[in-house]
Amino acid sequence: MDERVGIIGVGWAGYRPLTPEVSYKELMYEAAVKAYADAGVDPRRDVDSFVTVAEDFIEGTSIFDEYVPDQIGGVLKPVHTIGGDGLHGLATGVMLILTGQAEIVAVEGHSKASNVLTLPHIVAYAQDPILNRPLGWHSAFVAGMEMNRYLFDTGTTIEECGAVVVKNRRNALRNPLAAYGADLDLEEALDGPPLAWPLGERMAAEHADGAIVMVLASAERAEALCEKPVWVLGVGWCNGAASLESREWTYPVYIEAAAQQAYRQAGIRQPRLAIDFAEIDDTYAYKELQHMEALGLCRPGEAGALVEEGATEPEGELPVNVSGGSLGMGDLLDANGLARALEAVLQLRGEAGPRQLEDAEIGLVQSWRGVPTTSGAVAVLAN
Amino acid sequence: MGMRKVAVVGAGMTKFVRRAQETGKELAWQASRMALQSCELTLDDIEAICLGTAPDSFDGVHMKAEYLSDGAGGWGKPFMRSYVGGGTGVFAPIQGWYHVASGLFDVVLVVCEEKMSSYHPHAQGAFLTIFDHTTERALKPNLLWIFALEMNRYMQTYGISKEDIARVAVKNKRNAADHPCALLGDPNITVEDVLNSETLAWPVNRLDVSPVSDGAVALVLAAEHVAKRVTDKPVWIQGVGWSLDTAYWANRDLAYPRYVEYAARMAYEMAGIKEPRKEIHIVEPYDPFDYKELHHLEGLLLADRGQAPQLTADGVTARDGDMPVCPSGGLLGVGNPIAAAGLMKVAELFWQLRGEAGARQVPGQPKRGLAQAWGDLMQVGTVVILGINP
Amino acid sequence: MTEKITQFPGTPLREADFEGGKILFRHDRMKAEYAWDTGIAIGRYLAALKEGYLLGGYCATCRKTVIPPRTVCEWCFRPMEAFVPLEDIGTVNTYSLCYVTWDVKRIKEPEIPAVIEIDGASPLHGILHKLGEVEQEAVHVGMRVQAVWKPAEEREGAITDILYFKPIEGGAK
Repeated sequence: MDERVGIIGVGWAGYRPLTPEVSYKELMYEAAVKAYADAGVDPRRDVDSFVTVAEDFIEGTSIFDEYVPDQIGGVLKPVHTIGGDGLHGLATGVMLILTGQAEIVAVEGHSKASNVLTLPHIVAYAQDPILNRPLGWHSAFVAGMEMNRYLFDTGTTIEECGAVVVKNRRNALRNPLAAYGADLDLEEALDGPPLAWPLGERMAAEHADGAIVMVLASAERAEALCEKPVWVLGVGWCNGAASLESREWTYPVYIEAAAQQAYRQAGIRQPRLAIDFAEIDDTYAYKELQHMEALGLCRPGEAGALVEEGATEPEGELPVNVSGGSLGMGDLLDANGLARALEAVLQLRGEAGPRQLEDAEIGLVQSWRGVPTTSGAVAVLAN
Repeated sequence: MGMRKVAVVGAGMTKFVRRAQETGKELAWQASRMALQSCELTLDDIEAICLGTAPDSFDGVHMKAEYLSDGAGGWGKPFMRSYVGGGTGVFAPIQGWYHVASGLFDVVLVVCEEKMSSYHPHAQGAFLTIFDHTTERALKPNLLWIFALEMNRYMQTYGISKEDIARVAVKNKRNAADHPCALLGDPNITVEDVLNSETLAWPVNRLDVSPVSDGAVALVLAAEHVAKRVTDKPVWIQGVGWSLDTAYWANRDLAYPRYVEYAARMAYEMAGIKEPRKEIHIVEPYDPFDYKELHHLEGLLLADRGQAPQLTADGVTARDGDMPVCPSGGLLGVGNPIAAAGLMKVAELFWQLRGEAGARQVPGQPKRGLAQAWGDLMQVGTVVILGINP
Repeated sequence: MTEKITQFPGTPLREADFEGGKILFRHDRMKAEYAWDTGIAIGRYLAALKEGYLLGGYCATCRKTVIPPRTVCEWCFRPMEAFVPLEDIGTVNTYSLCYVTWDVKRIKEPEIPAVIEIDGASPLHGILHKLGEVEQEAVHVGMRVQAVWKPAEEREGAITDILYFKPIEGGAK
């Protein structure tokens, strides 16, 4: 990219399995007001554009963007909603700044999963209405099928998937934002009922409520306003096959494509060498391994071994999901990408407390929109 | 301003019908294919896809953009959906604009699709859920309520009669008789027809309202160096603007759409327009109800407050008038597949500015046009200004 | 466009196509249930409704009283922590006579939705509700109205604890 875009403020609220004392608006406000304070901006005066991410059926309201501007300071300002993950929102903020039209952009994402009483039914409504939904299955079947094929083709083992659960939930113990920190051993991680075999219940992240707001700025404003801007070196996003019947099950090509786009902008040719740490999607434990491979952090089939060796532990050569990931922090639905990006920002600023990695200079962030989609986004951040 | 220039180089659309045999994916594909063919490009040339589509509840598909993505060409490509309710149709090209103007992409496909007919028994029921789930929905509000409340407020504030307003429906439905994709074109409709149609929610009568429809529209956007190679008549995006007002819609004066003014000012500033009434030659404001065209013309600063009806009565906004408004036939005449309807207006400007609008052609070689959409709870304004000069 | 292209895609269907079995379709109903946390501001609004009064919020910076209450002022972005009990009396800002239900069934007696500016709130700050006990011809912008409440034991803490607003003078002419 010609001009850099910086992240100059971050704010969050949550994350917890329940947040009954606040409405979604109040949750968003808490994250927003912190982010603006962190950035040192007044949204009414300084923020040029606002981007939120949301899905109607998750909120229980049609045309959900109606209900966002007030609590993020966007009334009578350019505000729009992207039907995507928080990283799609981040990429949109980057594009808006690169046009030159906006200098400061706020990006918001949240989850109030606790308020959705029939969440599995709603997620099942993302399946093809004529060809798939009539079969009447919980959407986890898509992940189960994909995990099965992935294990089959790559030789990855269930134990290696279990190791991801152990690592991430243990990492979460050192994260004050995490809802699901736990000290499990491998047997406990593999134990428990199956969800959609070979996917076990403990290998699927539980939901949490939370909200995240980030403030982006052009290079010029970032230098002026912020002592430690975190630079967005590259962004990429891509979709794969919409239908289950025509997709590739072993390897998420769309994640590779999204990563290629981001790496190209960042000038990275060998991600394994350039990236210091990664915050990637682990909605299902096998996904962390599959995504590591698609992101070019290792060869297909190698990720499992890397996890078992401890290479992706916080003290390993390539820490993955030091935050705890979704398994440890909770699945925040479309806000997951922002949750991953938040950890990357804290690490790159040196503000990650007990989780702080040494020499963190370049972080990789990746998200996936969950079953049954083939939609993901990638960002490369640096200090 | 140093911003990268972006042009519309191709367009396509399906007929707008009450209930299409085609699925949402197929409608999106039909429009996309036509848009690509119109500028002799293929999907391989497209670097990113921007999809606009309004409530998921119409289709009964959660995350419906993911489901529609392959119909819109989004397989193996960067794909994003923008969503600002009814404003989406004019926002999607803005989304395409920032994709290209950012420098990240050179050629982008913008698709807007709507399949409202899947919702049973009537798509209007889906709008119950746009109201606040805690403070309003228990009253079982109707989409008609909010329009009727606004129309009444507008009429009362400025002393506007139903006749004044019905003229817009007549103008647009007659204009639509010349649109090959129109659902409700009628060359013979009169003001009496509109006033005599059944009262739905006073002061709204049936012919004051555009109908639920299915349809899709697509545009191809390109950066300057590509646009010039692809076509000898690129139509340039000169200005974009959008603004979202407070969700507390009962805390506002509904007589004036200030969010449209904010969006328009943003677009005028970007386009360097100081006297819009002189510099805009064609206007395509959003007209889901006839009074809305008037309401929006005032918000766009193209008419003084309360004065837009006079322009209509004087024939200024006729296709051959000084300021043609909705030469396409608008939503009232062509149909209202929410997101596709807005993009239809942008496509109309594209064809008009190239002299390709056939029987709908505005005379006098117009150089600049403005398309505007509205959405949400009387809340969002989205504006795009197109012109023959970069 | 229209000169070069003569055929536009899009195949219109009619009801008869479905009845005759020419077009196949699938019927389904979504199970979408939610329990929305009402939070601080709306939680108090609903609690006030259960008690039988309307609650607003006050922004000290903008010096505005709004309804329903909210924890942040959308104009100055300052926190709003003051809650203000209001009268259940107001002025009709706009209204309609609606002969169609939300799911498009015709009704003989119209529903009368209205935006009612509540006394004590800043100008143009109102709520959506319905009018009742009033002749259609009598309804007008500027009409003064008063809330008619459900009996206390039937109130739940919902906007429907108010049945409707009726003209202050006592209704029909």
